[in-house]
Amino acid sequence: MGHLIELKQVYKIYQMGSETVHALDGVDLTIDQGEFVAIVGSSGSGKSTAMNIIGCLDVPTSGSYHLGGVDVSTMDDDEQAEIRNKMLGFIFQQYNLIPKLTVLENVELPLLYAGVDGSERRKRALQSLERVGLKEKAKNLPSQLSGGQQQRVSIARALAGTPSVILADEPTGALDSRTGREVLGFLKQLNREGDTVVLITHDNSIAVKADRIVRLQDGKIIYDGDAHDPRAVVQPHDDPEEEVPAS
Amino acid sequence: MNFTQSFRLALKSLLTSKMRAVLTMLGIIIGVGAVIVILSLGNGLTGMVQQQVDKMGINMIQAQIWAPGDMATPDPSDMYDVVAAHPDVLTGVSPYVNVTGVVRRGDEKYDRTHMYGISEVMYNAATNYTMDGEQVSKGRFITYLDVEHREPVCVIGAYLEQEAFHGDALGKSLSINGRSLTVIGVLKRNAELEMMEGSQDDQVYLPYTTALEIIGSRWVGLYLFTSTSGETAQAAKSVLANWLNVFFRTDDGEYEYYYITTMAEQANMINGMMSVAMGVLVAIAAISLLVGGIGIMNIMLVSVTERTREIGIRKSLGAKPKDIRSQFVIEAGTTSAIGGLLGIGFGCLLAKILETLLGGMLVQSMGTSGITFHATPTLGAIGLSFGVSVGIGILFGYLPANKAAKLNPIDALRYD
Repeated sequence: MGHLIELKQVYKIYQMGSETVHALDGVDLTIDQGEFVAIVGSSGSGKSTAMNIIGCLDVPTSGSYHLGGVDVSTMDDDEQAEIRNKMLGFIFQQYNLIPKLTVLENVELPLLYAGVDGSERRKRALQSLERVGLKEKAKNLPSQLSGGQQQRVSIARALAGTPSVILADEPTGALDSRTGREVLGFLKQLNREGDTVVLITHDNSIAVKADRIVRLQDGKIIYDGDAHDPRAVVQPHDDPEEEVPAS
Repeated sequence: MNFTQSFRLALKSLLTSKMRAVLTMLGIIIGVGAVIVILSLGNGLTGMVQQQVDKMGINMIQAQIWAPGDMATPDPSDMYDVVAAHPDVLTGVSPYVNVTGVVRRGDEKYDRTHMYGISEVMYNAATNYTMDGEQVSKGRFITYLDVEHREPVCVIGAYLEQEAFHGDALGKSLSINGRSLTVIGVLKRNAELEMMEGSQDDQVYLPYTTALEIIGSRWVGLYLFTSTSGETAQAAKSVLANWLNVFFRTDDGEYEYYYITTMAEQANMINGMMSVAMGVLVAIAAISLLVGGIGIMNIMLVSVTERTREIGIRKSLGAKPKDIRSQFVIEAGTTSAIGGLLGIGFGCLLAKILETLLGGMLVQSMGTSGITFHATPTLGAIGLSFGVSVGIGILFGYLPANKAAKLNPIDALRYD
């Protein structure tokens, strides 16, 4: 088995009216077990499409994607769902907790879909909540928690299924800068503990917390390397639009 | 995603919006309630018919004869001969002569009293029931000798005893169309009915021979036969029909100047008519169930749209299309199942109310004492209604559930 994530000549082409959009235009990318990678790009750079494909929420138009050595680019809905369940943990900008379920029930969801039975599910969800320091909030509803706490619950949920990859899509986007730093610190800690973390962001100041930066522009990788290399944060052509946070 | 989890989730989402849940279920509640009421009333009516049959005897056969004026009609003695000739199937016969006229006691006149000329076969001493469901409470019933000797005797109803004799009629006399008769027996009061003029309790039985004399006729138009048992009733009917065919045969051919029905046939006919009527009513009620199902589908479609983001989240966490589908189908099924249970409760309650309101009237219309009306649904009816309501929820929930299952996870996650 080689790389954990391996994209080869991945294209994603949309037809928008008469216009053909190359959201991903021949992307080659490999990520190994234990890495902390930030995929950076402005709005329209293709980073969301990349995240969807890496997250098995979408399939490429052409090219191949191997996750954990398995070709997932040609899988059907059920197989993709299973891969998402077993191998991927999502953290979203809007936390995406289900409001009418308790914190514990939210964290249990991936285990529920994995078919883990009741008591084991509960035990593992509580362990996961303990890791993010919110075990005592297990019976609360998400709305009773602060934004930072909700994002930690969503991290606990992502961890509950013991995934191979944690995919964080603008995880600090909805948080104030202090809470945002906390969440980033948390992801960093998870990475130190051995988890593979892929962070998707438009914000250079967040991207530099990762070890490696992959910069996308117009569907192509324009930089892939050390996050501390000055070239990693150079904007190829300064566009004022890029200062506007992507939604 | 397992069933209990989906079920609990469904209950939770129903409880969080109770008003909406009740409105969603309303169609099902009304539909199931209506079906239960109809089936309960039907069950009660069938029960009444059965009680009537049991009282009068499953072995009773009615024969109506209406030969035109210039033709000879069978005499009661002919009928006795037929019965005597077929002891294997027939046990007895009673003419049933309707006497029209006025009952007098002293200066009082009773012109709404029912009067019947009958024979001793009318009354079964072993069960103390007459063929039309009356019981003797005082004195005795008309005997073979009374009939044979055209005795001027009669058995009267409780109302007549009360009104004309102040509750003590035995041995006293009254007159019918000027002919004086001695009261030898009094019938038991029909407890469910109001004692009033022209009611079931305002009647007189007298020997048919005496009755024919009073009305000045020899012709009997209606006979009540008894067969040896319920099983031989049909055979007895053919014996009678054959005899009457021979009797009415002329050179021109055979004429059916008669109409014979067994008790079982009558009960079947009534039950058959009732099940047709009930079928029509249930079909109408089923329209409400259909509307209820569409209501559920409508709310489920709204719910799927409202919960698009939730569906996206679940899919991102590994829910397969079939997991999402079963979640929504179970939710729809749970909604309609609860609606069904409420409908069954509501229907049973309404049936009980109707039983109280209509029971007396229905029992009175049956005209036989000792019959009761219980509008309770059978277990089968309850099970069926519940099953149908769950089925409707699942059927109409499937379309919205499938819509949810087919949502694209990326679009669903981005949905606001």
